[in-house]
Amino acid sequence: MNTEIIKATINGTPVEVPAGTKILEAARKVHIKIPTLCKHQDLLPSGGCGLCIVRVKGSPKMFRACTTPLENGMDITTHDAEIVETRKTVLELILSNHPDECLTCGRNTNCELQRLSAEFGIRDDKIKRYVPDLPKDASTGSIIIDARKCIKCGRCVQVCQEIQNVWALSFLHRGINTKMAPCGDISLAESPCIRCGQCAAHCPTGAIVEKDDVPAVWDALHNPEKFCTVQIAPAVRVSLGEEFGLPPGTDLTKKIYAALRRLGFKAIFDSNFSADLTIMEEASEFVDRFTKNPSSLPLVTSCCPSWTDFMEKMHPDFIDHFSSAKSPQQMMGAMVKTYFAQKNNIDPAKIFQLSIMPCTAKKFELERCKEMKSSGYPDVDCSITTREFARMIKQSGIDFDSIPEEKADSILGEHSGAGVIFGTTGGVMEAALRTAYNVITGKNLEKEAIDIQSVRGLDGVKEATIGVGNFNVRVAVAHGLANVEYILDKVREAKQQGKESPYHFIEVMACPGGCIGGGGQPYGVTDNLRQKRMAGIYQCDRNCPVRCSHDNPEIKKIYADFLGSPRSEKAHELLHTHYQSRPIYQR
Amino acid sequence: MVGEGSDSVFGKILTIMTSETLDQGQMSCEEIRKNIQKYVDKWRNVEGSLIMVLHDIQEDIGYVPREWAMEIGKALDIKLARIYEVLTFYHYFKLKPQGKHSIHVCTGTACHIKGAPAILEILKTQLGFNVGETTADRLFNLDVVRCVGACGLAPAVVIDGEVNGKSTPEKIIEKVKSLQS
Amino acid sequence: MTPSELNQLRDSLKAAHKNVKKCLHVCVGSGCLSSKSETFIPAIQKEIQAQGLKEYTVKGVGCRGLCAAGPLVSSEPDGTLYHEVTEADVKGIVENLNGIKNNEKVYNTDTPFFKKQKKIVLENAGEIDPCSIDEYICADGYTALTKVLTSMNPQQVIDTISTSGLRGRGGAGFPTGRKWGMMAKSVSKDGKKFVVCNGDEGDPGAFMDRSMMEADPHRILEGMIIAGYAVGSDQGFVYVRAEYPLAVKRFQLAIEKAREKNLLGKNILGSSFSFDIEIRLGAGAFVCGEETALIASIEGKRGSPSPRPPFPTTSGIWGKPTMINNVETFANVAPIINRGGDWFASIGTDKSKGTKVFALTGHVTNSGLIEVPMGTTLREIVFDIGGGCLNGKKFKAVQTGGPSGGFITEKDLDTPISYENLQNLGSIMGSGGMVVLDEDDCMVDITRFYLRFCVDESCGKCAPCRIGGYQLLQILENILRGRGTPEDLPQLKQICHAMQKASLCGLGQTAPNPVLSTMKNFEDEYKAYIEGGVKYARQKSKGKS
Ligand SMILES: Cc1cc2nc3c(=O)[nH]c(=O)nc-3n(C[C@H](O)[C@H](O)[C@H](O)COP(=O)(O)O)c2cc1C
Ligand code: SF4
Ligand code: SF4
Ligand code: SF4
Ligand code: SF4
Ligand code: SF4
Ligand code: SF4
Ligand code: SF4
Ligand code: FES
Ligand code: FES
Ligand code: FES
Repeated sequence: MNTEIIKATINGTPVEVPAGTKILEAARKVHIKIPTLCKHQDLLPSGGCGLCIVRVKGSPKMFRACTTPLENGMDITTHDAEIVETRKTVLELILSNHPDECLTCGRNTNCELQRLSAEFGIRDDKIKRYVPDLPKDASTGSIIIDARKCIKCGRCVQVCQEIQNVWALSFLHRGINTKMAPCGDISLAESPCIRCGQCAAHCPTGAIVEKDDVPAVWDALHNPEKFCTVQIAPAVRVSLGEEFGLPPGTDLTKKIYAALRRLGFKAIFDSNFSADLTIMEEASEFVDRFTKNPSSLPLVTSCCPSWTDFMEKMHPDFIDHFSSAKSPQQMMGAMVKTYFAQKNNIDPAKIFQLSIMPCTAKKFELERCKEMKSSGYPDVDCSITTREFARMIKQSGIDFDSIPEEKADSILGEHSGAGVIFGTTGGVMEAALRTAYNVITGKNLEKEAIDIQSVRGLDGVKEATIGVGNFNVRVAVAHGLANVEYILDKVREAKQQGKESPYHFIEVMACPGGCIGGGGQPYGVTDNLRQKRMAGIYQCDRNCPVRCSHDNPEIKKIYADFLGSPRSEKAHELLHTHYQSRPIYQR
Repeated sequence: MVGEGSDSVFGKILTIMTSETLDQGQMSCEEIRKNIQKYVDKWRNVEGSLIMVLHDIQEDIGYVPREWAMEIGKALDIKLARIYEVLTFYHYFKLKPQGKHSIHVCTGTACHIKGAPAILEILKTQLGFNVGETTADRLFNLDVVRCVGACGLAPAVVIDGEVNGKSTPEKIIEKVKSLQS
Repeated sequence: MTPSELNQLRDSLKAAHKNVKKCLHVCVGSGCLSSKSETFIPAIQKEIQAQGLKEYTVKGVGCRGLCAAGPLVSSEPDGTLYHEVTEADVKGIVENLNGIKNNEKVYNTDTPFFKKQKKIVLENAGEIDPCSIDEYICADGYTALTKVLTSMNPQQVIDTISTSGLRGRGGAGFPTGRKWGMMAKSVSKDGKKFVVCNGDEGDPGAFMDRSMMEADPHRILEGMIIAGYAVGSDQGFVYVRAEYPLAVKRFQLAIEKAREKNLLGKNILGSSFSFDIEIRLGAGAFVCGEETALIASIEGKRGSPSPRPPFPTTSGIWGKPTMINNVETFANVAPIINRGGDWFASIGTDKSKGTKVFALTGHVTNSGLIEVPMGTTLREIVFDIGGGCLNGKKFKAVQTGGPSGGFITEKDLDTPISYENLQNLGSIMGSGGMVVLDEDDCMVDITRFYLRFCVDESCGKCAPCRIGGYQLLQILENILRGRGTPEDLPQLKQICHAMQKASLCGLGQTAPNPVLSTMKNFEDEYKAYIEGGVKYARQKSKGKS
């Protein structure tokens, strides 16, 4: 590591930063904001927009603040008449190549381009507009690409290629004809896209947005024939507040329940409950393999649909290692349309089950395969993202800030702390270990140990060995799919050499940070924001009187009343799925 | 509400990837795989070989068919996205089968000044050729290039790889007509 | 092969050469080849035999820069030059070997075109067979490499280059010695460093590098090998445009021949120094001449430039230190090593040393490839060497630097050529394209031509260049259609300025230069279009200078 300290001045203010720090970040340190459009904190700078130009004394050229490291003795000016004028012209040029459609755009009021043009006070279209005529791509049903609005910042491509290692997106052609498009100029659905929505989450404009399913939800709510039910995912409760000006990480679980009731949902459930259910199934599957069939290890989590999709396309050799347990979203749907329907004597055909997810892939998961209709009906009818949900609240006239808290419906509403941590990377692993520990040792983890710190945090790959009774369980956690290759390769290598697997249990979530950083979450995600949301999740966990899935009284009840035991025949029918190799997809 | 069902999507990709008409005598994937073996052998251990491989393929069959790109990608472990990024960036590469004869009109500075525009014009108006397109009879392909390095002989028109220096509209029309018959 | 074996070989080749009384040199550069010049060789051979002339031979040689007058044949050592040779002329040319009898195809070489040139990098062009390594060795080829490997350490090589004052011929004129010095100091974790020869030559209307690669490939190789030795690299790449198939072929052949003779590969000439070279092809993208784009292209990616720093000499191909020099830069290396840095520094101006090769084209009488000492004036080039405008038309401007350059008018013609002087005139040296424009040329139209080139060739990565270039072009198109408005001119300037300041790479930063240059020197032509429409503007620009 280079620990050299660089000393320079920015707008006359002295600044000291470690060597390698870019002018952009150095300026931040002295409270100067340089406008940016292409740079994103998660990503390497591309230098694409040209808005962050600054002047370095002694050079006739201007330098990009996002890519130029500060050097000793630099005397930098970030704002003067010429710089600002140049930036403005560049912005006008970008706008001249952009449709004038803010009012009907998915990013209206939170678009980075729109914000900048407002800040720069651009008041007329002096430069003649040229917008390429490109069709929208709505083929995935999860996200919609409107390439006309693309400013070619390259964030989506970098996310998809480097962070997710999917290579669904790419830049095609060049010059003014450059376009961001699915890899071989096919539709996104035909590309290897896993619908994680990270491209949308990182896009500064409305060029990639989630498919808006809100109208369908209103239709259901306004349909007297429908019995509308809803579930909210763990990660939604700590991020929704951002859409209402609340600090990230604020736990809004009970306000959300209240809002949902006012929206007209007749039963309000929590995916935390079904996360507990997932843990019951998955942990017992793990213990089974661990104790009876160690050669079938590692067990790999499967609750992230982007990850399962990725595995089916790129790593089908891991199919046998995948937990057959469905994701909490689908388990909840299956329970609502069977158990809940029977118990309350409602025709499942009339039940509409909405899921509110941090995720765009969940829209796709609804129809992944026929097991997603194991109840005889679609387990879940519609899935919307945190962002769509915020819009619903705003459309409904609910004053979210001041709404009094309410509880979820019982049964399928109560949850343990283990259920809520599903929302963050490492959480599924931690929750499963809490239960596996109990199954193997007959005891719960002790007070402090119940927080399994070694699987927490934002490191891309986390490896740990956890003592469970007489055993050592070796686990690995990855998020951001590029990180998973390292783990899979290690397992493959061991297999090839006839050695024991380096891990017993692997957790993967597609999005960086897990669902708290999901593709459907409020915009502006950075590691800092992920940490705050993550802290919110762990706070929820600590606030729960019950910390383990197997201790959730409603979970006990549903097994007693309905499912029998984990991995019973009935559980298999309703709560498990299978995977199939899809080698036609290739990167 | 939900997107196109996954199964239907999976069905669709199969048809797309196999239905695209193949000029290379409707080769099957197997045959293509056999055909690309020599490129794979030649370039397997060379880092950054993609552009060279594409050159080799185009040299041999005149363009880079999608199926070949896919097979090459698999064999050399190069992402299809990367292959298309490259294929569409470099104007030298062709994605569609080309005409029997290629006509490249140089539109570099020297040739521009010495009359390339008039040659292009007459090819367009008199023979109905379009830049970047293959004629309906698949006989000709008209393209422009930016300097073939024969500026001393400007204007230059390269027909089937042969430089025709000091070209005039009349000479080129005559030459093309002789190829037509 | 050892150095002494190489010397022996050279001596024996020279001895054999002495036995040849006269040799006919048939130009087999791309230009002359396009008129089937290669067929003359067997024809001449036959004719020589038929006429029973034993001590006479024939060979193919590289381009001599006069392609416009090709196909060329010359008879050496007397230097009689025949132009526009046809199959029918062969008999007469061979007869002339014993004294000129047929002189209708003899080209007058006693003109300023020949006299005012000074050949360093092109000294072998037209003299040796580019496909024969023996011919290069015979012409004192690889003596510089031998000298370097046997008597100089890397620092001494770098010092010699520094002393010579050689500056990069790829356009920017960066001091080559300084670049080599930086590269030599650059550390690579695994010891890998790359030397790259930039043969992309994208400037439309320039063909200097191509003819060098076709006429004398070994000299470029030798320069690269010496560079490899100086900076501590064992791997070189030659990046050549795919549009230059002959250059690629001859380069490939040269590499193979050099390997056979152990001038490339492991332990060159028995020393501890190893170096090998591979060819990589471009694929029709001008921007790949830019260093970071070229690196991306060699890595098998889109040729989009990346922000600097890091500079290639720190982190280039696959993150390893990479040094890129132009073809002509490398071609200067061997003569500098052989004759010394001071010799080279004695040629040219204060800050621009040596010679420069230009591709003189456009509406000029003698178009072709020329090599002149730095400091030669533009007037000498255009009027003495070039013979003035074609058909006696009036001179209007000369464009240098290609799409990144500018226009120089009559009043500045007496400026001696140097990097700085051209820049002060609002143009640049560039790679060596030089286009002469006469009274009939419409400057707005020519400007549009250059701009369209840049728009076509923009990689599209950064907004100022991608959109700015396109919008500039739209405005120019409008003006040229007579639909311009007075607001167009300030808007052109505004966009040009933003592109210069905010574009990521040299292409976008310099693409506005032709626009700004013509707006400065020929604003009235723009105004004529705006105020009086197309017809009026054409009339007005005609006959004006
Ligand atoms: C858009 C662009 C195109 C360029 N094209 C070429 C080229 O074709 N050949 C070349 O030698 N240098 C070209 N250059 C300059 C090179 O980037 C680089 O400066 C040069 O190869 C360095 O070699 P030198 O130091 O020997 O001049 C180009 C630069 C830019 C910005
Ligand atoms: S992307 Fe932004 S600027 Fe463009 S139309 Fe949408 S909101 Fe407006
Ligand atoms: S911002 Fe302006 S254009 Fe947009 S809705 Fe309001 S008034 Fe209309
Ligand atoms: S949704 Fe995910 S996989 Fe699909 S294009 Fe976007 S980033 Fe790539
Ligand atoms: S789609 Fe969005 S993220 Fe992707 S390049 Fe375009 S503007 Fe950037
Ligand atoms: S990590 Fe969560 S938000 Fe992201 S794709 Fe997976 S399930 Fe969806
Ligand atoms: S370089 Fe000159 S002589 Fe050689 S082919 Fe080109 S124009 Fe002709
Ligand atoms: S200036 Fe032009 S060529 Fe250079 S990076 Fe930007 S868009 Fe690409
Ligand atoms: S933020 Fe630096 S170039 Fe876009
Ligand atoms: S400009 Fe046409 S060959 Fe160079
Ligand atoms: S090719 Fe013969 S003189 Fe140029």
